[in-house]
Amino acid sequence: MDGKVIDSNTNDQVVLDDMLIVSLSPHIRSDESVRRMMLDVIIALVPAMIGAIYFFGFNAIRLLLVTVIATLVFEFAIQKLFKKPIRIMDLSAVVTGILLALNLPAGTPWWVAVFGAGFAIIIVKEFFGGIGSNFMNPALAARAALVASWPGIMTNYLTPDGISAATPLAIMKSGGTNLPALQRMFFGDIGGVIGETSAVLLLIGGIYLILRQVIDWKIPVLYIATTAGVLLLFGIAPGNLIYHVLGGGLILGAFFMATDYSSSPVTPKGRIVFAIGCGILTALIRVKGGSSEGVMYSILIMNVATPLIERLTKPRVFGEVK
Amino acid sequence: MMNHGKLTFKGGVHVPEHKELTEHKSIEMAKSPQFAYIPIHQHIGAPCDAIVNVGDKVKIGQKIAESGAFVSASVHASIAGTVKEIKPMFIPTGIKSKCIVIENDYSEEMYEDLKTNTLDSLTGKEIINIIKENGIAGMGGACFPAHVKFSVPEDKPIDTVILNGAECEPYLTGDHRLMLEYPEQVVFGLKAIKKILNVENAVIAVENNKMDAIEALKNVIKEEDGIQVLALKTKYPQGGEKSIIYAVTGRSLGTGALPMEVGCVVSNVATSKAIADAVLLGKPLYERVVTVTGAGIREPKNIMARIGTPLSELIEQSGGFSGKPGKIISGGPMMGIAQYYIDAPVIKGSGGLLVLTEEEAIEKPVLPCIKCGKCIEVCPAGLQPLFISAYALKNNHERADSFDAMACIECGACSYICPAKRPLTESIKGIKKEILAKRKKS
Repeated sequence: MDGKVIDSNTNDQVVLDDMLIVSLSPHIRSDESVRRMMLDVIIALVPAMIGAIYFFGFNAIRLLLVTVIATLVFEFAIQKLFKKPIRIMDLSAVVTGILLALNLPAGTPWWVAVFGAGFAIIIVKEFFGGIGSNFMNPALAARAALVASWPGIMTNYLTPDGISAATPLAIMKSGGTNLPALQRMFFGDIGGVIGETSAVLLLIGGIYLILRQVIDWKIPVLYIATTAGVLLLFGIAPGNLIYHVLGGGLILGAFFMATDYSSSPVTPKGRIVFAIGCGILTALIRVKGGSSEGVMYSILIMNVATPLIERLTKPRVFGEVK
Repeated sequence: MMNHGKLTFKGGVHVPEHKELTEHKSIEMAKSPQFAYIPIHQHIGAPCDAIVNVGDKVKIGQKIAESGAFVSASVHASIAGTVKEIKPMFIPTGIKSKCIVIENDYSEEMYEDLKTNTLDSLTGKEIINIIKENGIAGMGGACFPAHVKFSVPEDKPIDTVILNGAECEPYLTGDHRLMLEYPEQVVFGLKAIKKILNVENAVIAVENNKMDAIEALKNVIKEEDGIQVLALKTKYPQGGEKSIIYAVTGRSLGTGALPMEVGCVVSNVATSKAIADAVLLGKPLYERVVTVTGAGIREPKNIMARIGTPLSELIEQSGGFSGKPGKIISGGPMMGIAQYYIDAPVIKGSGGLLVLTEEEAIEKPVLPCIKCGKCIEVCPAGLQPLFISAYALKNNHERADSFDAMACIECGACSYICPAKRPLTESIKGIKKEILAKRKKS
């Protein structure tokens, strides 16, 4: 083919043979990228990480470093071993590492954190096909595995002062009345895993993710609202409700864990069902169950229900009658 | 005033428009090409048969190919000169078509038999005949023969004619310029369509990023009854048939259904202008506006080009390439067709000639789907592109079909938005062809 065009300004002939890219439309792509979305999640977690370090000091730095390095190393190693493309640069392992660290009590030994990172990356993520294919939130599934394996370590919540203390929800569950002041709940000067203590720092990150359109606002909002509503139905005193909303990792779970892409529904209606399901389960576990928190198991149970929810909430094809 | 829809639709994407490259540039007449390569199969429907022979002298506007089939549009000479040969060539749609090659004698002589008319003296049937005789096909891209679209069976009552001036494809500004520079003709064509269909209500629907064109049209329709101009929200693919019907009337068109089933006929503004020229001047469709644009073009512009002009000549007349071209696209960036052969001729559906630079054209690596659901959010057809595409890539027609692959309008919004750069639209297009082939077999 004589594919040539005279450039009118220089009289040069530009020969185009085998130079043009030919592909199906569309020919342009948005600036969205997986890495950018993961980076947004990391940015959104920065306030909570700073809070964790402020309240728990060296313990928080130690746990964050151990989990992030471990998730990256495990992901690199397993992808190398399985001869898969190395994808650690998509930053998803970093997100898992940070979320795992934020879900650990301050006194967790380093080897428990490493075990959790390995479980999250190798078993939950890579064994099921890597990014986008995990059927559960890797960080939460790892936490569940750790709680089952080392229940003593995983429920030994330290306060920022380094003293073992029950979380506000545990105090309420056991009928105690010695609750911390509300503003302490809000700002994070209480017992719990290192990332759940400050509601305000988590909310800043959550709102950032909603504004950046990384997460669907419906999931956290409906999750938290449903939890509160069902707790009221169960007769929880309205005065104590705020402790339930701010405590027990609900905000961390609702904004950062229940919104995990691959383990929550992709359909708009499915996300609503998923969020409401998480809320009902959380309230049920807190009131009727043995645990005082319930966020972790609620999300994990709804994760497993996700494929079914997706199938039942197929969007309506445009123009088709219901 | 009639009731209307919400002036927008569900889903869709906001794409950088790049219309500033050409939107303020008046339509320029292209140079008459030395050779015109006029395909006899430019549109959906039966190919035409050449009615001229090698060696014949032809004049501008002379019919050179026609077909006895109903779903077909005649083809006319776009330059005056001698028929040199009739040979198969690749045309911008990617198929091979027989082309009538005419060598220009530069006399620019018009065919004598072009009949002028007025609307009042014609019946609807006669207007349809003029449209067929003058080879008018949908100029929005699909190139569907226009007289077929307007031949609506009597059991399908039409209450609204929509003139599609959305021009939602990024970069393209040809329709915009036509509405701005030829608003009378655009409105006249609409009146002709109204007369054919005997319809009271007509709407010219334009995206609200073209307020100057909206004003120009509003000035013309002041005197007219039953025509209104609506400013639609600027969002891709607002100009899709289903999107625009929904935006204008609030009616939803199902998969595979034609607009007539919801009482609408939709036609492009450029087609309307071509109808006006055919009725008023007896001018066949032998030239059209092509937006030659993109970062890979030195002087982007809107050119009135003869059908059959090689794309390379339009590039040359637009200052040539700027830098190294990476991709040459006939049409817009969302639904246009990448060209390999840049001497392919302009056809009736060629609204744009977009040249992307090498940097813009390089494909980004495809990553695994992270199930973010953005493709579902943007799909104007209400589909789940991630699942259809996953089945398509495994060549599983049944499952792809069960996820309503056939309802895909191929707008490209899902591939555009995908953060993992997955070939969603591309794979769905492929599986649709296979599903169709399979259905035909059984």
